[in-house]
Amino acid sequence: MSQNTCRTAAGGRIDRSRLVNFTFDGKAFTGHVGDTLASALLANGVHLVGRSFKYHRPRGLLAAGVEEPNALVAVVRDTARRTPNLRATQVELYEGLVAESQNRWPSLQFDVGAVNDLLSPLFPAGFYYKTFMWPRKAWHQVFEPVVREAAGLGKPPTEPDPDTYAQRFAHCDVLVVGAGPAGIAAALAASAKGASVLLCDEQPEFGGSLLDEPNAQVNDHPAAEWLKASLATLRGRANVTLLSRTTCFGYFAHNMLSLNERLTEHQATPMTGVPRERLWQVRAKEVVLATGAIERPLVFPGNDRPGVMLASAARTFLNRYGVKVGSRVVLVAGCDAAYLAAFELRAAGVKIERIADIRPAPGEAVHAAALSAGIAVSTGVTVLGTFGWLRVTGITLAHLADDGSVQDRETLDCDAVLMSGGYTPTVHLFSQSRGKLRFDEAQQVFVPGNSVERERSAGACCGTDGLRATLEEGSQAGTSAAEAAGKAGSAEGYHVQLLEGSMVGTPGVLPQPGNIPPSKAFVDFQNDVTSKDLALAMREGFESVEHIKRYTTNGMATDQGKTSNMNSLGFVSAEKGVALPKAGLTTFRMPYTPITFGIFAGYDRGDLFDPVRPTPTHAWAVANGAVFEDVGLWKRSRYFPRAGENMHAAVDRECLAVRNSVGLFDASTLGKIEVVGPDAATFLNRLYVNNFNTLAEGKCRYGILTREDGFVYDDGVIARLAEDRFHVTTTTGGAPRVLHMMEDYLQTEWPDLQVWLTSTTEQWSVIAVQGPKAREVIAPLVNGLDVSNAALPHMSMVRGMLGDIPMLLMRVSFTGELGYEINVPAGHGQRAWEMVWAAGLAYGMTPYGTETMHVLRAEKGYVIVGQETDGTVTPDDAGLGWAVAKSKPDFVGKRSLARPALVAKGRKQLVGLLTAEPKTVLEEGAQIAAVPEQPVPMKLIGHVTSSYHSAVLGRSIALALVADGRALMGQTVYIPMPGGAIAAQVVAPVFYDTEGAKLHV
Amino acid sequence: MQKFSAWSLLKEAFGGQQGWQPQWRRAAPKAEYDAIIVGGGGHGLGAAYYLAAEHGLTNIAVVEKGWIGGGNTGRNTTIIRSNYLFNESAQLYDHSVKLWETLSQVLNYNVMFSPRGVMMLAHTVHDVQVFKRHIHANRANGVDNEWLTPEEAKAFCPPLNIGDDIRYPVMGAALQRRGGTARHDAVAWGYARAADALGVDIIENCEVTGIRRDANGAVEGIETTRGAIRTRKVGVSAAGHSSVVLGMAGVKLPLESFPLQALVSEPVKPAFPCVVMSNSIHAYISQSDKGELVIGASSDSYNSYTQRGSLHINAHTLAAICELFPAFRRMRMLRNWGGIVDVTPDRSPIIAKTPVKGLYVNCGWGTGGFKATPGSAHVFAHTIAHDEPHAINAPFTIERFRDGLLIDEAAAAAVAH
Amino acid sequence: MLVIHCPYCGPRPELEFRHCGQAHIARPLDPSAQTADEWGEYLYLRENPKGMHAERWRHMHGCGRFFNALRDTTTDFFVTTYKCGEPRPAVSGTAPAGGQR
Repeated sequence: MSQNTCRTAAGGRIDRSRLVNFTFDGKAFTGHVGDTLASALLANGVHLVGRSFKYHRPRGLLAAGVEEPNALVAVVRDTARRTPNLRATQVELYEGLVAESQNRWPSLQFDVGAVNDLLSPLFPAGFYYKTFMWPRKAWHQVFEPVVREAAGLGKPPTEPDPDTYAQRFAHCDVLVVGAGPAGIAAALAASAKGASVLLCDEQPEFGGSLLDEPNAQVNDHPAAEWLKASLATLRGRANVTLLSRTTCFGYFAHNMLSLNERLTEHQATPMTGVPRERLWQVRAKEVVLATGAIERPLVFPGNDRPGVMLASAARTFLNRYGVKVGSRVVLVAGCDAAYLAAFELRAAGVKIERIADIRPAPGEAVHAAALSAGIAVSTGVTVLGTFGWLRVTGITLAHLADDGSVQDRETLDCDAVLMSGGYTPTVHLFSQSRGKLRFDEAQQVFVPGNSVERERSAGACCGTDGLRATLEEGSQAGTSAAEAAGKAGSAEGYHVQLLEGSMVGTPGVLPQPGNIPPSKAFVDFQNDVTSKDLALAMREGFESVEHIKRYTTNGMATDQGKTSNMNSLGFVSAEKGVALPKAGLTTFRMPYTPITFGIFAGYDRGDLFDPVRPTPTHAWAVANGAVFEDVGLWKRSRYFPRAGENMHAAVDRECLAVRNSVGLFDASTLGKIEVVGPDAATFLNRLYVNNFNTLAEGKCRYGILTREDGFVYDDGVIARLAEDRFHVTTTTGGAPRVLHMMEDYLQTEWPDLQVWLTSTTEQWSVIAVQGPKAREVIAPLVNGLDVSNAALPHMSMVRGMLGDIPMLLMRVSFTGELGYEINVPAGHGQRAWEMVWAAGLAYGMTPYGTETMHVLRAEKGYVIVGQETDGTVTPDDAGLGWAVAKSKPDFVGKRSLARPALVAKGRKQLVGLLTAEPKTVLEEGAQIAAVPEQPVPMKLIGHVTSSYHSAVLGRSIALALVADGRALMGQTVYIPMPGGAIAAQVVAPVFYDTEGAKLHV
Repeated sequence: MQKFSAWSLLKEAFGGQQGWQPQWRRAAPKAEYDAIIVGGGGHGLGAAYYLAAEHGLTNIAVVEKGWIGGGNTGRNTTIIRSNYLFNESAQLYDHSVKLWETLSQVLNYNVMFSPRGVMMLAHTVHDVQVFKRHIHANRANGVDNEWLTPEEAKAFCPPLNIGDDIRYPVMGAALQRRGGTARHDAVAWGYARAADALGVDIIENCEVTGIRRDANGAVEGIETTRGAIRTRKVGVSAAGHSSVVLGMAGVKLPLESFPLQALVSEPVKPAFPCVVMSNSIHAYISQSDKGELVIGASSDSYNSYTQRGSLHINAHTLAAICELFPAFRRMRMLRNWGGIVDVTPDRSPIIAKTPVKGLYVNCGWGTGGFKATPGSAHVFAHTIAHDEPHAINAPFTIERFRDGLLIDEAAAAAVAH
Repeated sequence: MLVIHCPYCGPRPELEFRHCGQAHIARPLDPSAQTADEWGEYLYLRENPKGMHAERWRHMHGCGRFFNALRDTTTDFFVTTYKCGEPRPAVSGTAPAGGQR
């Protein structure tokens, strides 16, 4: 077992009394409760944690937080719970944690891919656009697989993820993002007078930068005490919600923000019954962004060796985790704030070999403090390079004279290099909100400018320097947010004692002698983008920063440019000789950090992916072996196979039962709309192609609806219940859109009509009893109601009772047989069904599903909207021209039906097809040609819309749309199939009982 | 034009990469051109290239309000296929696929066309019917498209869940093996470089603010943020902004612009070999050569030029992805972005002359324009050069709406593209 | 997800609504008298403005009513919503930051 050789004797926020065992690449280590994987590895002296994307260079930890580009690991709980690409700085240590490094073979220490580093002159930015082009197919067949295998980072999970994810919506007066000093002060001020406040922070512990400030005093108390007391205050307020381990990653229109809460990932044994992560969608009246700032690396040759890291990271590792990142440290400073790292490490017993300040004139306070601590400081230096492979061993510093010559070159031995180029305000969320960024000349950074949403920023994320200013700005922001939300706030003043340094630096690349740096100076560590790559892109004419980004991939790695974007901009602006804001800024995109897919799906999986709409007889159908099909959200019985039957056999049997005796079908999914009011008939007349003035009470009519474009939109039977009341049925899928269309015309075009529309789809259960014995089945059940052909002829309806259940009985048929559709209140649906079923047993009644329904109606040539029609078919095309009331002055679609293309010759018309070989069942969707053998592209004249084996006819039948089809009756057409053309004769689209006698028995 | 090859890379490796030339010149607008293309996306740059390469028009310019390839060219999920239903569409898109197949060689720029196969999933009986209709129509049109059983679909795309534990189980799939993906940025840059080499001026940061017309109403120039430019021919290839640009000449279009989003995951090692589309549950996915899962979402319901959409749209798509590929539930979204798609009533494009003499438009590609880039650019160039459409784009007029001659792929498929 | 102020119900999330296209396109009183061009324009041609857009929404999963809205398509902020039949309010410029209050 390794020792925590790099741990301080005391201090930090870890629990030194509790050891935690973990493995990294199979090797066992220990850390403490409160460690991250990164801090625990460093405590064990492990700096080498990863390999870079392209050159496979050894990489260590650059940062201590969310911005870490190098230390990407896979954490493996079990075979299904493998999570790649996690930042070691954000992986909380737990007992038994198993972590693996990535993108290396055979091992992290010895990675064959590192040969790429030597060959790198062959792989400049964008090299893949310039080669791999010959021979033509070689890209896809040879080169691309190699490139793909080399690219990618971690290995993806390959088994279904067994974890669950949750979602939650929330509303609040004020959402505060970030629980550092500004955010906590904002939350205190905003919540003091009752405004509801939600405060979130991505880290496990609230406090932000205060956790790295052991020496600060706030309001005369150590910062840690102030923090503890403030959090206790917030916790004590019922109007405050605190969410740790919660990243606000998206800012959407109208103050909708999205949060990712991680609930179990830090637990050794995740609590059962608790989701792994949760998505919060928060609608905030007002928002305070207190998202802090991220330190920039300096760009110099060899700035990526393990042991070279941000000064702020060294402070975090020391102050939070009690870890010394080296024993002999050189600090390369580009801002005053960086000096604190040297001071604190020195106090912890680390030798500071040098503070090398790249500026000619450091801030006086920190400079003096360094000198008085006995730390050597060089000013105005640049870094010519570093030494070491798996760990940095030295650094070469120099001064560059005005003529570019190197002076005072010296090499220092060290085992860690800290660097700081100043801080970049974290403006991601502000930018996502579409607020306009403003370039602050003095600080050389972008800060929030004018807001677009109802938000304000506070603290380091708007470039504010210094703890006191940060706290007070936060407090004021909290107050103004509460007030803007219509509540009161309570701004406070703060006083602070702390040696501080400014966070202001200059983005860009450190100057080097000559044009070509001797070795690679990395701008984007993870994507291996060097200053040379940026220069190359510019040389090749890519001037827009968006182009440079895309050509070099700078800023496109999993850290999305958190440490690289500003340095890239600084370099580009310097090269172009323009002010930095003129160089442009790439867009900040959702999400702030990578977010697990699972939270977006939440519980929307399996049967909860979409609601399931079962019909009232669903349980009966399940019990009777139905095979279901999805139609929209509905589950419809497709067929009821008996033991040993396939679909074909079952459908044949069901069809014959209906034709010869009686069948039972659940038609409840049909859309139903009650149209009521004195103008109901007028309304339907204007909407449907048919005439409804002439429909008598108690009668039914087949109606067709077109849209204004003249194409068939929906159909259904419409019954007139009373002078002012119609029962309109629609297709199963069409119900919502037909009602929407009706409401549209009623509310916006004809508001003068007195009509009310009600969806009654869910209110009625519809039981179709179809077949020559249908009357015999239902007659005993209807309490003496006269259901004879004379009293209740085809296309009529009557109210009555089915046993003790009120019903609307419609004599309609979609099978061509004597048929009734019994409408009963949905709550009685299953009982009514069972009543009819019991009565039908004596007649061999057979339940049938949609497949049999389709065959039976096709035998009669009844169309199905969506199968015979496809949004390009007019009523006349579908053979339904008879239904169009041409005498009506207007109806929806009438004008369009007169358009030239809709009346032209050659339109496809519905016909029947009989194959020459009766056993051959055409494939639905098969194309139709006038001549059998044709070269490609063929001239086609139509397609098969429906095709079945008809049991009653003992042969195949098909419906088809064929150009000028009605003029081709009796002629032969051909269906070209891979095995040769199939001949079929064009016939009228009615195959069974052509005169319709069976309907009227 | 500097020739790109393995040899050029080798030579520059020894030359410190100092010998690379700008891929296109930073042109300033001239006073007059023979033709101007408005819009520096793949369609516009491609049209300029073909005008110069095939029609001898080299005194031409492409004006782009931002940076080339910055619109939908650089924002889409790069799906390429041609298995459309109607003859008109199949011919247009297959013309494009054929050009894709040789585009890297023609442009001397590796656009990374990768015919890895596009598989469209059927989840309902209706989907099966529709897809089979497509397959039969495609076969007769010489466009490859084949039916796969669920097991065959799984063999082609191993991460796919074909079990019945999902809400809409996979009932089969239509596969176009010649379909695939390409590298979107490279298409813009490759066309730009090749067009530039033929003398075409590519003018970035140049927004059109007006279209000048002579006494007879014909085009005589454009006004831009970089000054007025004379020309008798203007080809507008401005995607979501087509209504705005055409409006400058008083031409109203049957277009509406909607936000469309896409996203990528963090890069991982190869996990997904092909392109899968599920129109029924709105999921479109492939894996880029860099390793990112590239996922397309559906569009928001309202007109917008904000280039952003709502979270619930992405959430629905990711739910669908997690249904179909349950191992990906643990993958993480890296980057999400939005584009503006211009949609026609029949979901087919307009590549046509306009009522204004000298003004041409290529628009209305909705969510599916990337795949058509070379083909559309090619026939658009023909239309501009000859003042007459190419036979392939002749049906794609503005007037087809008035006359009812729609090419309604969406209605016919009952799906979006 | 937008917040939309239904003139009948007040502010509600976008999921309750359905967008219904450009507002103030009246169906011709006598379609049969329309020329092909007029009818084609009614059916298909749309303003699609980049900027202030008068559009229709329906509070589908609420009161069910159609209404109109003025929204800036460059920001997605609403200026106002109003009932069908009311004229388009005169608004110049762009929608205010933070949108309709």
